[in-house]
Amino acid sequence: MKPAPFDYHDPETLDEAVSLLGRLDDDVKILAGGQSLIPLLNMRLARPTALVDLGKIAELDYIREDNGGIAIGALTTQRTVERSQLVKDRLPVLYEATRLIAHPQIRNRGTIGGSLAHADPAAEYPAVALLLDADFKVRSASGERTIGAADFFVTYLTTALGPADVLTEVRFPLLAEGVGWSFIEMTRRHGDFALAGAGVTIALSGGECSHARIVLFGVDATPVRSKAAEQALVGQELSEELIASAAQTARDEIGEPLSDNHASSEFRRHLAGVMTARALTEAARRAGWVN
Amino acid sequence: MGKVNISFTINGSSHQIDVEPQWTLLEMVREQLHLTGTKEGCGTGDCGACSMIVDGRLITSCCMLAPQADGSDVTTVEGLLANGDLHPVQQAFIETGGVQCGFCTPGMIMATKALLDRTPKPTLDDIREGLAGNLCRCTGYTKIYEAVMTASGQEI
Ligand SMILES: Cc1cc2nc3c(=O)[nH]c(=O)nc-3n(C[C@H](O)[C@H](O)[C@H](O)COP(=O)(O)OP(=O)(O)OC[C@H]3O[C@@H](n4cnc5c(N)ncnc54)[C@H](O)[C@@H]3O)c2cc1C
Ligand code: FES
Ligand code: FES
Repeated sequence: MKPAPFDYHDPETLDEAVSLLGRLDDDVKILAGGQSLIPLLNMRLARPTALVDLGKIAELDYIREDNGGIAIGALTTQRTVERSQLVKDRLPVLYEATRLIAHPQIRNRGTIGGSLAHADPAAEYPAVALLLDADFKVRSASGERTIGAADFFVTYLTTALGPADVLTEVRFPLLAEGVGWSFIEMTRRHGDFALAGAGVTIALSGGECSHARIVLFGVDATPVRSKAAEQALVGQELSEELIASAAQTARDEIGEPLSDNHASSEFRRHLAGVMTARALTEAARRAGWVN
Repeated sequence: MGKVNISFTINGSSHQIDVEPQWTLLEMVREQLHLTGTKEGCGTGDCGACSMIVDGRLITSCCMLAPQADGSDVTTVEGLLANGDLHPVQQAFIETGGVQCGFCTPGMIMATKALLDRTPKPTLDDIREGLAGNLCRCTGYTKIYEAVMTASGQEI
């Protein structure tokens, strides 16, 4: 297991990184925690000519409150997110999602920016970002721009980022008072990538569903919203039957899930329905539903 | 493709050396520093055999490039020995039979050390979580969990 040779750069500021990336050719790769990129280098599935390691850019490692949301620097490790009291108290759905990522060793190095930029369709962070409608701050030699989660994930392992773009921050809005949430997945073993998972936010007014958002992951080329299932819920009296039929809608709504040696496409579709029903039930209870 | 000059401490001793940028920390430690206690199982972050502690955090050294260790404090399994005496975690693995072929053992021991540094009296669930990134094909894990309980001074 040996990567092919490459040039290595370790800028200490974001400005330096951005100007380096602007100068180098398109075969350059950004390195963050390395937990996706280094296995790919080791297997020679990636052969960049140069790496720009962001690891020394301390200004990209932070978690802070930011008018009604939580802003997290791209270089913040999954472990730091997991241990943040602010995240645990104010955005428990992000904490729960982080706990589902891999193992201690991986979370100790893997970064939130790397997870989002890598955009594995079965990964947790892209799904939470879509569930909460996070904003992505991006810097390149030509300036700064913000991309919404709905436009960020393009297809399998592909985002709206160009080769010279640095993701610098992700900003999660907080959930409004009374909104229930759930984030769950099915894996073969603890810490594996999800075979299928679901994230849900839901709000109730009286017994009626006034807001519902459902994101499924592991079942398509990117995390996907189940808009038909959301629509089937809103304005209706919440009941076990309604949840079961919304889950059926979500299951039918997805395209053709991946089939591999971990699970068949049909099994992933089945799991998507099961995860949706469980997540809706848990989120509704957190929103005060008594069934 | 130029070498990179890095400084770091490993098991308490300081080094400043030139490394190939494409070398992993694992390869540098084994091939350049000749510390062969740490093993390579998979090279993809899946097995934990290559676990080391870097700046207080457990990591898989096959998924860290040598230049990324610049400025760091690295501990490998060799660093646990104190004046020729085995570390209590190493001793506990021997006493409970937590070692069979031994290939996973250096990684298991580093994961246990990292766990006990933060959580001196772990529950069985803490142990399962702390060692979740380390695979063992021999022991069936029970003896390893017993080793961790023993090392933390708890009844099995
Ligand atoms: C054994 C194992 C199990 C895993 N299990 C899971 C799991 O269950 N769930 C999960 O979500 N992940 C899992 N992962 C992946 C892990 O979470 C990675 O850490 C993460 O996907 C990538 O983050 P990183 O910081 O390590 O990025 P890197 O590996 O350094 O980079 C990944 C990609 O993103 C790009 N990139 C990184 N940072 C930026 C940036 N700031 N701007 C622009 N581009 C950037 C890189 O160029 C590269 O293409 C697992 C990994 C391993 C090895
Ligand atoms: S050799 Fe590093 S995790 Fe397997
Ligand atoms: S003792 Fe053989 S792999 Fe664990």
